[in-house]
Amino acid sequence: MTADNQLDVWEVFMQSKPGANYIHAGSIHASDKQMALQNARDTYSRRGEGTSIWVVPSSAIVASNPEDNGMFFDPANDKIYRHPTFYVMPEGAKAI
Amino acid sequence: MEQAQETLLREFEEKIECGFAIEPKDKMPAGYRKHLIRQMSQHAHSEVIGMQPEGNWVTRAPSLRAKQILLAKIQDEGGHGLYLYSAAETLGVSRDELIEQLHTGKAKYSNIFNYPTLSWADIGAIGWLVDGAAIVNQVSLQRTSYGPYSRAMVRICKEESFHQRQGYEIMAKMMAGTADQKAMAQDAMNRWWWPSLMMFGPHDSDSPHTGDAFRWKIKRHSNDELRQKFIDKTVQQAEVIGLTIPDKDLKWNEAKQCYDHGEINWEEFYRVIGGDGPCNKQRMEHHIRVHNEGAWVREAAEAYRAKQQYSKNA
Repeated sequence: MTADNQLDVWEVFMQSKPGANYIHAGSIHASDKQMALQNARDTYSRRGEGTSIWVVPSSAIVASNPEDNGMFFDPANDKIYRHPTFYVMPEGAKAI
Repeated sequence: MEQAQETLLREFEEKIECGFAIEPKDKMPAGYRKHLIRQMSQHAHSEVIGMQPEGNWVTRAPSLRAKQILLAKIQDEGGHGLYLYSAAETLGVSRDELIEQLHTGKAKYSNIFNYPTLSWADIGAIGWLVDGAAIVNQVSLQRTSYGPYSRAMVRICKEESFHQRQGYEIMAKMMAGTADQKAMAQDAMNRWWWPSLMMFGPHDSDSPHTGDAFRWKIKRHSNDELRQKFIDKTVQQAEVIGLTIPDKDLKWNEAKQCYDHGEINWEEFYRVIGGDGPCNKQRMEHHIRVHNEGAWVREAAEAYRAKQQYSKNA
C-alpha cells in the first residue's frame, strides 16, 4: 500500500456573531485556502454556528511550551498594581 | 531514566487527580496516549462506518421530508467522524495511519454497525436506540481528561439529540399506523434492542481496559453504569408508543430504583467483534472501495494546488 495523501491540516477559528471573539473550533484537511474555508464551513457550521471563519495552516501556528509555563507566565503575577483593586480610593468618591 | 519516568507519571497523575485537562503538548505517559488513540480512532471509525446502514435507506425514504432529514443526519455522522479524527491527530497519529489501521483491521469500529437495516423502521430504531445509547456514553465523555476529545464530545452531544428525536418520531409514527407498520416497528425493536445494550461493552467484571482508563479519567462511568442509565430512560419511551422491550426478565427493581434486565448474549457479541457478524465484510469492503475510488480527487486537489503555486511564482 502506498502512502496515501490526506492533504494538509488547517486550524479553524469561528466567530459566532459579529463582534464576538474568534474561537478555535477544531481542524480540517484541505489542499488550498478555498477548500479549507469550504471544509471548515461544512464541518463546523452546519447549524449557523458561525458568521465568519478564519482558517490557518496548522504548520503556521506557534504554540508556547507547557514546560516553560512557570518562567513564561510568571512576570504577570508579581505586578498586582496592574489590577484596579490595588488602588486605595478616597472615602466617598463615586463612580470610579 | 526510570526514575524520570516515574516522576513524570506521578506528576501526570497528580494533575489528573486535581481535575486538570490534558492538552496535546503536555507530557503524558505512553499508555495514556495509546489508550486515547485506540479509543478515539475507534469512535471516529464508528461514526463514519455508521453512515453505511443509514445510507442504505436514502433512496427509499418514505417522503421528501424523511429523505432530507436522513441526509442531514448522515452528514452529521460524517462531521462527527471528522471532529474525532482531528482530535486524535493532535496525539501525533496521522489520518493516513488511522485509515490504514481501519482497513487492516487493527482498529475496530462499533459492533452495532455490523447489523443490517432491513426496513425503514430500522432507521427509526438506529436513531432512537443506537444514537440514544451513544448519547449516554458521549455525555459521560464530555468530562474526559483529554481536552481535544472532551471538546469534540461537547460539540457532538449538541447535535446528537436531533438524531435521537428523529428516530423516536419515526417509531412513534409507525406505532400509530397500520398493523403492518406496527409489526415492522416491533420487529426493528426486537432486532436492535440487544445489540444496543452490547454497545456499552462487556460487564465491568470482564472489561480488560477499565483500570488505567478510570485512573486517568479517560472514562468517567463504567460500562454497566452507562448501560443501566440507557435502559432506565428508554423503557418508558417504549411504553409511551406501545413497543414491547424484547426481554422477558426486564422488571422494575423498587429497592434499587432501576430496571433489572435479562442476560446479554455475549457469545454473539464476541462472535460479531471477531468478524462473523451479518455485515462486517460488506462494511469494510465498501469503505476500502470508496476510499480507493476517491484517490483521484485527492490527487487532483494536490495538482491544482501545485498549479496555483506555479502560476504565483511565474
